[in-house]
Amino acid sequence: MPEPVLSVSGLNAYYGSAQALEDVSFEMGAEPVAIVGRNGMGKTTLCNAIMGFAPPQATGSIRFHGAEIIGRQPYRVAGLGIGYVPQGRRLFPSLSVDEHLRMIRGRSEDVGRRWTPAAIYELFPRLAERRRNGGAQLSGGEQQMLAIGRALLTNPKLLIMDEPSEGLAPAIVENLIDVFRTLAQEGLGLLLIEQNLGVATALAQRQLVMVAGQIFTETTADILSSDPEAQRRYLGVEPLAER
Amino acid sequence: MRIQRLARYAALGLAAGTVAFMVIWVLFIGRGTNFGSAVHNPKDFLITLLNGITAAALYFVVASGFTLIFGLMRVVNMAHGAFFLLGGYIALTLQRRWVGQGGGFGLTSEQVNLTNWILPALIGAALVGLVGVAMQQTLLRWNQGQELRQALITIAISIIAADQMLAHFGGVAEDVAWPHKLDQFDNLHVSGIIYTRTRLFILALALVIGALLWVWLKRTRIGMVIRAGVDDRQMVSGLGINIQLTFAIAFFVGSALAGFGGVIGGSFASLAPGVDGNWLLNSLVVVIIGGMGSLGGAAVGSLLLGLTTNFASAYLPSNYTYYSIIFTFVLLAIVLAVRPLGLFGRPA
Repeated sequence: MPEPVLSVSGLNAYYGSAQALEDVSFEMGAEPVAIVGRNGMGKTTLCNAIMGFAPPQATGSIRFHGAEIIGRQPYRVAGLGIGYVPQGRRLFPSLSVDEHLRMIRGRSEDVGRRWTPAAIYELFPRLAERRRNGGAQLSGGEQQMLAIGRALLTNPKLLIMDEPSEGLAPAIVENLIDVFRTLAQEGLGLLLIEQNLGVATALAQRQLVMVAGQIFTETTADILSSDPEAQRRYLGVEPLAER
Repeated sequence: MRIQRLARYAALGLAAGTVAFMVIWVLFIGRGTNFGSAVHNPKDFLITLLNGITAAALYFVVASGFTLIFGLMRVVNMAHGAFFLLGGYIALTLQRRWVGQGGGFGLTSEQVNLTNWILPALIGAALVGLVGVAMQQTLLRWNQGQELRQALITIAISIIAADQMLAHFGGVAEDVAWPHKLDQFDNLHVSGIIYTRTRLFILALALVIGALLWVWLKRTRIGMVIRAGVDDRQMVSGLGINIQLTFAIAFFVGSALAGFGGVIGGSFASLAPGVDGNWLLNSLVVVIIGGMGSLGGAAVGSLLLGLTTNFASAYLPSNYTYYSIIFTFVLLAIVLAVRPLGLFGRPA
């Protein structure tokens, strides 16, 4: 078996004395993985712990291509090749679209850089039309494109996306799913955090269900999509068939 | 809700009324003042206006450094005034070492050429910049996000620095000598005004510094990172950018501006114990008016403060000029009544 891309084991995370993650362990290789679960189950905390954002206070082990990254500065984590698309996009209101892309230099070790601002504009032509606009003046879909483009510019090996479909119109979500599929085919690792089961199952066969700060179970997209009872129980969502 | 809205309108009305009255007073009434109203005596009005603008120029140089550091790092650097004084004293020491001690009142401008002013000023600014970075790296960095601790640490630094400077440089007011070429008067050919060249020089310096800062923040990659860091520094870090390095650069520039302002202030007025506190207060007032962390806010805040202090002392009835300092607080009250976060302020 090849070395895992991301390997999390025994991860605990605390906000002060409140525990938000409890003994989280999973591994992922090159294929996409989705982590699904309801609000407040610790999905974003997991992202923060991986990226090295504090709080939370994280203990345990997170290995990326074999290197321990827990406790490292966020810029070092990103520098190793983890791109992050946060929940709520977190664009910079003071910067224009173009400046969002130009401020990132990318990983220094890259010789043939896959992603440049020009390549991002090619991937998302909408952004090229809006290059002078401020980050806050964009529509939800454009904001998400910019957040993804910004993360891609770091030339990551693994892209972590926290609720990328949140608040977007269905047509735009379909569009993004196509983009993610293309990226995955190019060999980019995808770790998708989602509440929207339709998006999660469309992109990843492996589904990790998070409940109350723990990985409750691992299942597959096929099983999860055909089990309305499980969907209701784990995710508190209406079954897929009614979508 | 209704009462709140009424109170807000009342505050706005009161602010607008006060401003309108002050403008009308200066322009048309001016009863009992030294100069009389502006329509009656345009020359002294224009001189007061120029004094206000050139005073604002120095406020801006100092406060722009203060607001840069605050905007990016949320550090209220209470040692900013001490940095101002330190920059002035370093330049003073260097100038006297190179030119000589001068007579009983220090050097006169006849003995000083341009290089003897510019070089000490630049070295003073750079050294203060390094002191600022050293303070940030050794004392502030491991207290990041703990705003109260950082404020207390910088207050401690400013007190220690003030005592050390008192011990080394004494308690007598001294000033850096302007170069002879600048210590002149220019005929502006407007209402026959003859104006000091040094004040115009300060204005030119402030414009150049403002333009350089603007280009740096708007057009360079580091400037983009700084602006992004003001918005969300954690996210900047999550994009693989070493924000700590950016913090150090911003702290260097911000502190160096305080030091450079100290050289200008020490030439324009003088260096003495207590000047540090005044300039910390000036910087605080400017950024509270303009909005913390905004360069444009620092410019507008400086202008308002400079004009207010100068017009208040020139256009109060002559028996009351002693009270002109109050108008600084009137200005603060008016701005905060209308814009509680300052004119260009945004919620943190």
